[in-house]
Amino acid sequence: MDETRKEFWLNAVLLIGLFATPVIALMIDEPFYVTLSTRVAIFALAAVGLNIALGLGGMVSFGHALYFGLGGYVAGIMAHHAFSGVPMVFGLSGSDQMLVIWPVAMLLSGLIAAIVGALSLRTSGIFFIMITLAFAQMAYYFAIGWPTYGGEDGLSIFVRNQFPGLNTMQTWNMFLLAYGALVIALVLFAMLRNARFGAALMAIRQNPERVAAVGISPFGIKLAAFVISGMITGLSGAMMADLNRFVSPSMMSWHTSGQLIVICILGGVGRLFGPVAGAAVFVGFEVVFGGLTQHWQFWLGLVLLGVVLFARGGVIGIIAGRERHG
Amino acid sequence: MAEPVLDLAGVSKSFGALKATQDVSLTLMPGEIHALIGPNGAGKSTLMALVSGKLAPDSGRIVVQGQDVSGLSVAQRARLGLGRSFQVSSLIPEYSARRNVMLALQARQGHSYRMLWPVRRDRSLTEPAEEILARVGLEGRASVPSETLSHGERRLLEIAVALALEPAAFLLDEPMAGMGAEGARTLTAFLDTLRAEAPILLVEHDMDAVFALADRVSVLANGRVIATGSVAEIRADPAVREAYLGEEEGA
Repeated sequence: MDETRKEFWLNAVLLIGLFATPVIALMIDEPFYVTLSTRVAIFALAAVGLNIALGLGGMVSFGHALYFGLGGYVAGIMAHHAFSGVPMVFGLSGSDQMLVIWPVAMLLSGLIAAIVGALSLRTSGIFFIMITLAFAQMAYYFAIGWPTYGGEDGLSIFVRNQFPGLNTMQTWNMFLLAYGALVIALVLFAMLRNARFGAALMAIRQNPERVAAVGISPFGIKLAAFVISGMITGLSGAMMADLNRFVSPSMMSWHTSGQLIVICILGGVGRLFGPVAGAAVFVGFEVVFGGLTQHWQFWLGLVLLGVVLFARGGVIGIIAGRERHG
Repeated sequence: MAEPVLDLAGVSKSFGALKATQDVSLTLMPGEIHALIGPNGAGKSTLMALVSGKLAPDSGRIVVQGQDVSGLSVAQRARLGLGRSFQVSSLIPEYSARRNVMLALQARQGHSYRMLWPVRRDRSLTEPAEEILARVGLEGRASVPSETLSHGERRLLEIAVALALEPAAFLLDEPMAGMGAEGARTLTAFLDTLRAEAPILLVEHDMDAVFALADRVSVLANGRVIATGSVAEIRADPAVREAYLGEEEGA
């Protein structure tokens, strides 16, 4: 009971802290930290997506950059066509409306995740990791080799896409959108986890044979989780492209996939606020140590090693202890 | 004449040159406990795997309540009414005893894709789970993660999970394994009452339990059923004595 309460308060601190940082930054006129907080929120959103597959379902996807990049390219390409007025495929016009771009990014990510999942979820362990990686790398090289949308150089979004009633060129408004999406994703994650679907999914992670023996097919549950996971990460990619006003193949590279796994592990795999804590630590490292040395990832690696060896539960686990399934 | 709940006809399975199961035919009738015995390596585990769906037979048919399930998956067969327990306890380690039973109830009710309502407050899961745990005597241990339960308690939880499925037939794979004399006696008495709910295909090494419980006994040796009959018939069968009890003719 005590540890459950601790986790509740830790989550509250993270939620409020992530909101308070840009507010204080605006008050002391340091807009850089507003952008930074937005980055944290978007990475956290991406990792909440991954956390459904990795944390709840035990599916170590080393290819979630695929959905992150896909979302990014949906935002970039639709904005590109809206700007130029040239229709995309099948005479469909582009759009600079986030409320159009986001559903497209999510649906497309979900569709690709369904295909990747259907082909890869019959395997497990190292084979699953390699297949998901292979799909993401295919998309990565495809993006590099496709000159229409900038190829290796990437694609710029000249004016941020629009959201009704908000001036998205102000970073504070971008933060509000990312934060709002993150909160919704966290609520969704909590509901999924506590519902029958989550009960089955977490049981499959621990003992798929037992789950099959009571009459639940593990494959279908895992596939559904994988698709939802891809959709959330796809949405985060669209937001990241708009924040940076730029999308490039590197969003799809295996570095990005690894980064999302690192965020989950640092924060606490399978924990509700693990991705938020992990993204804060990750971006924090990037800024603090990145300002001191080019080799900041070396120090991040050391911290990751420490977490994996001595504190499997990540930040959340260190403070709030193991998760209980009463 | 009643229909058998479970009907195996000419079931065979080979692994390379090893004929693990050869032309096995047996039935499980309503209300009976049918024990499956045999020396180590006789093919009991393979036969259990064939019935539960973990392995697919090379030939032969497995019929549950009139429906051929030979080509179906483990999960599909479970939904059709095969409730199994594992020889080595196979539970959800981080889940409490209650959550383990709730998972089986949820599987029985369907709706495993429901994403909104928390199971913790779902009384169609929590209330029957408490009742079932009380039936096997685990009511005081409902909140304990199954990985920290004692060996004997885990064996009982295996039974509780099978009960929650309200199956057409129980497949119990050595439920007494490692229970100790006292626990085995209690469990024997419990299984005796269970046959009224659904017939039991019982694989068991504990001969006291088998002889106390079984309406019929089938003896496996080298993948074949060498004898089927009542406890008295099996005890008297010379082929069984030779194959299983290790007694030579005239010894």
